[in-house]
Amino acid sequence: MRFVDEYRDAALGQALAGEILATVDPGRHYKLMEVCGGHTHSIYKYGIDDLLPDNVELIHGPGCPVCVIPMGRVDDGIAIAHQPGVIFTCFGDMLRVPGSQGTLLEAKAAGADVRMVYSPLDALRIAKQNPEREVVFFAIGFETTAPSTALTLKRAKAEGVANFSCVCNHVTIVPPLRALLESPDLRLDGFIGPGHVCTVVGARPLQFIPADYQRPVVVSGFEPLDILQSIQMILRQLADGRCELENQYKRVVPHEGNLRALEVLAEVFELRPHFEWRGLGFISQSALRLSDAYVDLDAEVRFSTPGVRVADPKACQCGEVLKGVIKPWECKVFGTACTPEHAIGTCMVSPEGACAAYYNYGRFAREREVV
Amino acid sequence: MGTPVTDREQRILGIIETARAKRARFKDPRITMAHGAGGRATQTMIEGLLVPAFASAAGAEMGDAGAVSVDAADLALTTDSFVVKPIRFPGGSIGELAVNGTVNDLAMSGARPVALTLSLILEEGLDSDDLRAEVEAIAATARAADVEVIAGDTKVVQRGHADQMYLCTTGLGRIDPRARLSPASLRPGDRILVSGAIGNHGMAIMLARGEFELESEIVSDTRSLWPAADALMQAAGPSLHTMRDATRGGVASVLNELARASGVAIVLREGDVPVDPAVAGAAEILGIDPMYVANEGKLVAFVAPDAAAEALAALRAVPGCERAAEIGEVKTDPPGMVLVNTAFGGRRVMDQLVGDPLPRIC
Repeated sequence: MRFVDEYRDAALGQALAGEILATVDPGRHYKLMEVCGGHTHSIYKYGIDDLLPDNVELIHGPGCPVCVIPMGRVDDGIAIAHQPGVIFTCFGDMLRVPGSQGTLLEAKAAGADVRMVYSPLDALRIAKQNPEREVVFFAIGFETTAPSTALTLKRAKAEGVANFSCVCNHVTIVPPLRALLESPDLRLDGFIGPGHVCTVVGARPLQFIPADYQRPVVVSGFEPLDILQSIQMILRQLADGRCELENQYKRVVPHEGNLRALEVLAEVFELRPHFEWRGLGFISQSALRLSDAYVDLDAEVRFSTPGVRVADPKACQCGEVLKGVIKPWECKVFGTACTPEHAIGTCMVSPEGACAAYYNYGRFAREREVV
Repeated sequence: MGTPVTDREQRILGIIETARAKRARFKDPRITMAHGAGGRATQTMIEGLLVPAFASAAGAEMGDAGAVSVDAADLALTTDSFVVKPIRFPGGSIGELAVNGTVNDLAMSGARPVALTLSLILEEGLDSDDLRAEVEAIAATARAADVEVIAGDTKVVQRGHADQMYLCTTGLGRIDPRARLSPASLRPGDRILVSGAIGNHGMAIMLARGEFELESEIVSDTRSLWPAADALMQAAGPSLHTMRDATRGGVASVLNELARASGVAIVLREGDVPVDPAVAGAAEILGIDPMYVANEGKLVAFVAPDAAAEALAALRAVPGCERAAEIGEVKTDPPGMVLVNTAFGGRRVMDQLVGDPLPRIC
């Protein structure tokens, strides 16, 4: 496949792995965080961990949009889905995220009309095809997916689709990163920057990471060579004693971002004063809601929801895992109360979360050689 | 990863291993679509509810068909239902699937298909031409597979209680004397063969539903696998340890089931797995791994190393299996797991599917 295979060349990968090995200080342990769930996915898919020296550890960050949705929000969604006449739409991977009383998939089995869509525009199309029903889109994601929600809302408003509304759970990437970096017990040496988010917001918003917190950050693409190269760029900075924002994903990410997308976001959304993150707690100005001009399309206004905050269990230590302070197995509930089948915390919810990955593959990861 | 394992970590790993080794318990309050996807939920339902209820030696082996001896005749019996939507898709239709699917379950058990029964569940309002077309497809496919449809049943349900038509076929086959097959018979060193490019059927169906607005030339691979099974048994004899058709859940699910059943590790070479460029492209766009996508005419075979080359050559000589390939090997450790050496040069675990193969948003 052209424009894909070039970024998956095994020989180039081996060469980069060699460069990385030559760059690291064997006496030092490196902890790098890949912020975005898409990177985590690529790292697993291509086995990138396996190409890194033992003393370079990748920590999976808070950038998996489905994992960070708190249970209370899922419960609200399920409550709306169960209201008579509602067609509830969301992305596929949201269906399995547990609320306090189960998942949307289970709500569907219990009779709610829950439908998976691939784009918010599909949800709008369902609304137009079913004028007698209320169609709700449960919007999730970082700045990557927010513009498509914004455009859909603009279109719904322009076309006067009165039976369409949106539960906005869009979140922003900078505040949770700042919250992590503020933590006094942080143990991270550098960041692989979220390339998809940066296609919208640009690389510039990540400047605070080296400027305020003295950690290198490299905005990275999602192909295996992109990720290896970004890791090499971070390690090179550390070896040189530099601490900068670099952009490995220049072929897609402009420094200032996608100005038209940002314009639409600014028109349709406004910042929430605070928003709860599973595992991280409340973070100020970390999420979006519909602006006053779009209040008619706000499902949170149109429907009454429990709106109950469901606390993460006290024993859950996702925050510490995310900060790299403890390893998954050091968490008090890991492997006992918290398992992939009955996940308590964000790190266990998604198969790509740090805890789920360790639960499933930890034993294997320990044994480098297969007999 | 390079740090030594502490006692506490060892203890936690022990807890996980114990939990994994426990027999699956079916505790879900309701059936969700995940129970039908062929992954972990399906397995929990089968192992935790169905197998204990119908305890039998054949059922406990969980092959595609059960073996039964009647007056010294070794027979295989299997049943399957078909609820595909849309009922016609590029490369096939529900009628062809209903014959080939059941024929293949027999063939994978080393049984030459002899006879089928057919149940039709029809939705009120179904166009008779659609029914006629499917009946003709069933007849033609059965002729091609050299199997007779000898009994049947029809039911009509109210509009909305079924989706056009559901088919159910039961197949009877005679177990071939050359067959020495069992899902628990994988041995370290066994070579893994696949009979052709994977993912075509599932991808053809996904695209035929029109939800993705992608156009492609991908067609279903629905076909009888008896000729392939026949060729493998002839070439490898007792060195052929097991065969599976990689239907729902794809090659990944079959390999996971077999690794567990035999208590061995399976190591795949991703770069050697044949995938058509169009399937690879669609999978790339949709964020779906072709290893988890359904096939309706592809088998995975495990052959002892001494017979692997001959078996592969024999397989490639079967029409429709020209692209058969050796894709990996059975190892000892870690038992029950499927590992992949990625084309990029890394390594990963290829796990069971947790639910439907859903596209990722990020």
